[in-house]
Amino acid sequence: MSEYILEMKNITKEFPGVVALSNVTFQVRKGEIHALVGENGAGKSTLMNVLSGIYPYGTYSGEIIFKGAECRFRNIRDSEAAGIAIIHQELALNPFMTIAENIFLGNERARHGMINWDETNRKAAELMKRVGLNEKHTTLVKNIGVGKQQLVEIAKALGKNCELLILDEPTAALNDDDSDHLLELLQTLNREHGLTCIMISHKLHEVIKIAHSITVLRDGKTIESLDNSVHVSESRIIKGMVGRELTDRFPKRTPNIGEVGFEIKDWVVYDPMNEERVVIDHVNIYVRKGEIVGLAGLMGAGRTELAMSVFGRAYGKKISGKLIKDGKEITLNNISQAIANGIAYVTEDRKTAGLIHIQDIKRNITLANLKALTSNFVINEDEEILIGKDYRERFAIKSTSVFQKVGNLSGGNQQKVVLSKWIFAAPDVLILDEPTRGIDVGAKYEIYKIILQLADAGKCIIMISSELPEILGITDRLYIINEGRVVGEMKTSEATQEEIMSTIIRSSAGR
Amino acid sequence: MNKFKDSMDRTLRQYGMIIALVAIIVFFVFMTGGRLIWPRNVSMLVRQNAYVLILAIGMMFCILTGGNVDLSVGSLVALVSAMSGLTLTTLGLPSWLAILISLLTGLLAGIWQGFWIAYVKVPPFIATLSGMLVFRGIDNIILDGQTLPLSGLYTTIGTGSVPDIVPDTIPDFLHIGDLLQLQNKPEYLNATMLFTGLVLSVIYVLAVIFSRQSKKRRGYEVQPLGQTIAKIIAFFIAINLFSYWLAMDDGLPIMLILLVALYAIYTFIANKTVLGRHIYAMGGNIKAAELSGVNTKKMMFLVYANMGLLAGVAGIVTAGRLMAASPNVGQGFELDAIGACFIGGASAYGGVGTIWGAVVGAFIMGVMNNGMSIMGLDVFLQSVAKGLVVLFAVAFDMYSKSKSRLG
Repeated sequence: MSEYILEMKNITKEFPGVVALSNVTFQVRKGEIHALVGENGAGKSTLMNVLSGIYPYGTYSGEIIFKGAECRFRNIRDSEAAGIAIIHQELALNPFMTIAENIFLGNERARHGMINWDETNRKAAELMKRVGLNEKHTTLVKNIGVGKQQLVEIAKALGKNCELLILDEPTAALNDDDSDHLLELLQTLNREHGLTCIMISHKLHEVIKIAHSITVLRDGKTIESLDNSVHVSESRIIKGMVGRELTDRFPKRTPNIGEVGFEIKDWVVYDPMNEERVVIDHVNIYVRKGEIVGLAGLMGAGRTELAMSVFGRAYGKKISGKLIKDGKEITLNNISQAIANGIAYVTEDRKTAGLIHIQDIKRNITLANLKALTSNFVINEDEEILIGKDYRERFAIKSTSVFQKVGNLSGGNQQKVVLSKWIFAAPDVLILDEPTRGIDVGAKYEIYKIILQLADAGKCIIMISSELPEILGITDRLYIINEGRVVGEMKTSEATQEEIMSTIIRSSAGR
Repeated sequence: MNKFKDSMDRTLRQYGMIIALVAIIVFFVFMTGGRLIWPRNVSMLVRQNAYVLILAIGMMFCILTGGNVDLSVGSLVALVSAMSGLTLTTLGLPSWLAILISLLTGLLAGIWQGFWIAYVKVPPFIATLSGMLVFRGIDNIILDGQTLPLSGLYTTIGTGSVPDIVPDTIPDFLHIGDLLQLQNKPEYLNATMLFTGLVLSVIYVLAVIFSRQSKKRRGYEVQPLGQTIAKIIAFFIAINLFSYWLAMDDGLPIMLILLVALYAIYTFIANKTVLGRHIYAMGGNIKAAELSGVNTKKMMFLVYANMGLLAGVAGIVTAGRLMAASPNVGQGFELDAIGACFIGGASAYGGVGTIWGAVVGAFIMGVMNNGMSIMGLDVFLQSVAKGLVVLFAVAFDMYSKSKSRLG
């Protein structure tokens, strides 16, 4: 019997066009808290999805050995039966059910299909006590805070008699008090019940505080495993997370930067679901013509919310602040006004919000600027075909013709269609939200070239990206956004990944 | 081989509905001993099923926005015919004014539903379920259980045809009457109808040729010549054959002019205007459409307001054909219209479907209704048959979609 409760050996997982995990090895000792760290897209969540059976056996290669036996999970039920439970970043609770019902959801205390409510309630109360949740078991989940909901998730996992608990960014949505409470709970469960935990986290100070070992992933590969019994330093971990070569991944250019073209001043936005919560807190940003400005930050830092609130109030409530374009203040009350004023927003969510999959390439390209094709209420469909062809050639969109449905294109080519759409809308300001997410390296290079061409044509470009190397490789200047605020601004030529990461981490710690 | 299969698939999907329509017609011609295509029956079929076609055009737009339907149109047809009875017969207004008021009633009802659906975000299913009850209720309150006779323009629209300018000039030169073994063979054809059909088909042919030439001249892409010629010939024959058939009976039904006009207008809106494009876009992906500047609320409002207006037209047509406003008219009309759209290839998730498809779907429904009635099939059996056809049509659509790569 080895000392490891879990060994994942040579795990390789590919998606169409992307290798998400390549020969990853990951070992967890029995009874430890093991942190898994890495940048966005490094493959942490993919690895955990492989482990928990969300990506079933056969869709990846490699071996999973849990408690000394090889496991071939076909689905999440299999892994749960083996004693592995996963708590995702987005909680999987039903808000309209009670705490007790949620704890035993999918794991009902029942005989012959009839639920035994007495046992459900008794066991629920027991589990709630174990996780320190002071609520009635009959309270509806929607009426308790996120911190307590997280505890319900843990109780649910414990209710399944799990021996290995995986937590994906458990404290991302929590405030400091709730975070501390949760971390203490994990330590207690670990110490007193011998529960083994895998924790994915961006918050390195938390990792250092509670983890026994730390594994660093980067670009789908295991970089190193660190022993945290003598606390390692944050900078040591960051080095492992970001250290990579940057040669030739980005096209060269000499920027030709003009005067200020677009300014966001004192921008404040509240959460549309919870009008008390400030999402964007007095943000000030400007972009010069021909300049590419990066917005760096972690997922959930508020960058998308900032961009969408600027883009004709597509997000947010109680928005205040000024938008200034070419020296004049503009008001954008809806998206068509934003487009008419020369603002374009390329969404991060290409699949669900960027394209109309059942329509063809040309129709997708012209959608945001149909009036350029219209005279006397009639759309010139012949002209539309020519425009489609033009963009298809210019950006080398790999397809059979402009009549091909975009749902059948690869990710990189889909993104080229989205960019074509917004370039056809002839904007002066382009906000690009994660423009290369889920795209392979070759296609990324082509997307970068298009972005640089746009900048050289004198457009103001704001680029949101969670990949720091990309921000450093493409932008001229960058803002660091964290928790809805601008926490740093620097010239890209003077910035380093370590500096950006530590600025983010410092600003989180300082709150 | 694959390429051949691909092009076969595409042809089947494109012309599948027409093939189905022809197959159903042939089937019923056979089953009814030819009575389905007796000239009298053909002109009756057009008048009897006009309402399905009119409602299906409006319903197609509702479905395009995202698989939404309007359940209230049957009740609205009844309400509009009741308004006709009230204004024309009870109040004694001139029939043009009665028609105008009735149309406005339909439009207002559509605006009412559009408001709740688009701006208050009541799900269309619920809002129009409410409309179904409310409109039927008002209809009964107005008519108080009575049936009121209608006349004037109503009967002209419902049953009239364009009078023959030069009667008794052209004989049945193709001897179709003998071929069909009609009991009372028409001696002469309606020359006006024949002439109209001929002129329309020539205009169609010229328009296709002219637009092809002009596209070519300006360097746009054109259809292969063979395909264009085949299409032109098929349409030329179809239009003239149809008009010959109607010419054997009482000529050009006024109602047919209305149908052709509605088809032309709404096809134009769907295919050639920004409005139409925006409706298709929102049905394809509402989030992407919104982020591209489509005002989805406005689209939703317009689509349901328009549905109300078209239900008004259908109400007038129906009342006119029955020459009466009766309280129970329009039962189940909504289902005929929805069925026609789905048979005609609309996607239950929105974004896919054509006005042409709605028309063909309506004709399939109409031919089935009519054919089964002639066969003397039990009404309840007819209902079973119609229900199954709708189910299989959508199942076929789902199947062919899951086979295609888009999934």
